[in-house]
Amino acid sequence: MSARRPYKRPMAGWWRRNSYFIEYMVHEATAIFVALYALILLVSIVQLASGEAAWNQWAAVLRRPGSVMLHVGILIAFLYHTWTWFNIMPRTLPPIMIGGKRLAAKTITVAGLATALMSSLIFFAVTHWIGK
Amino acid sequence: MTAPTLVIRIEVLRYRPEQDTQPVWQAFDVPFTEDMSVLQGLQYIKDELDGSLSYRWSCRMAICGSCGMMVEGIPKLACKTFLRDYYPGVVRIEALAHFPIERDLVIDMGDFITKLESITPYIVADTPRSLSAGENLQTPAQLQRYEQFSSCINCLLCYAACPQYGLNSKFIGPGAMALLHRYNMDSRDAGKDLRMPLVHAEEGVFNCTAVGYCSEVCPKNVDPANAVNINKTESAKDYFLRFLPFIAPKGTGK
Repeated sequence: MSARRPYKRPMAGWWRRNSYFIEYMVHEATAIFVALYALILLVSIVQLASGEAAWNQWAAVLRRPGSVMLHVGILIAFLYHTWTWFNIMPRTLPPIMIGGKRLAAKTITVAGLATALMSSLIFFAVTHWIGK
Repeated sequence: MTAPTLVIRIEVLRYRPEQDTQPVWQAFDVPFTEDMSVLQGLQYIKDELDGSLSYRWSCRMAICGSCGMMVEGIPKLACKTFLRDYYPGVVRIEALAHFPIERDLVIDMGDFITKLESITPYIVADTPRSLSAGENLQTPAQLQRYEQFSSCINCLLCYAACPQYGLNSKFIGPGAMALLHRYNMDSRDAGKDLRMPLVHAEEGVFNCTAVGYCSEVCPKNVDPANAVNINKTESAKDYFLRFLPFIAPKGTGK
């Protein structure tokens, strides 16, 4: 008879065991805010398509202090999501070879963050210019 | 070597199946020197304090992959981790997470061995080669495509770092996938078609949610998360490309 009795440890609360896992869970949780903002944009487009009165009513809702605070919260969640997203990106890409050398992970992260920043700035500039 | 002057407390999660119903912490006070690894601390305990302590080790230089364990909750090679970095304070050591504990710091790694066998972990030649054909040469560029993934020492730190494996041990896991990728990327290999069904399968790459901690803890810089995620792309390509008849990959009926 075998005297073996392998012990399986429980997984309950696994994500609290390590700061890396907490960061991962926060990153995943910020995706909810990304989805929420997509929903707000979608409603905005529907309201815009429904005519001026509908849009003005929706715009008034968006200007409420609660809504502004929600948007600030969403922005913070977006910034964290963007930061952690591009930090993990080098691990998800096949090797990019340039001049026989593999592109460094840091370069990929910096390029990703720079692209996010630049596209945001261009978007702001264009919408500002259209709004004038 | 200087004489030991400092004493550090090492707490070990003991599990002796013949007497313990569940693991229990046991503390040992271990004199140590600047150059002593956690493994040497355990060796001191076994030699001087309690001969019944069980743990795996062999090379003492981070190449055999035997002494993986959780040090302060982080998967580490005990031979590559130093007591001085935890002094003053307590070092808590337990068996690698996500694996069943066989005894004390020894895990049951049978599941990984089965997975390792399942990935066809050897070069499958297109046509049989005879010894008289000589060396099967590669260019440095061909070597570079898989070299990093061939550094895996099967230490299982990546499995102990992977919550998805902990939650569902059917997942093939980071280490085995890195080795699978290592053979698929080898210019001398023609066995990719044998391995890809495992990549696509329920237990395959899509269990990974890109936590990325496996690559963080890897002592050999294999970057298993990269192997897993590259194969997500490979798997998706394999699925979608069959809808494009002019570039249908082989094995899809075209």
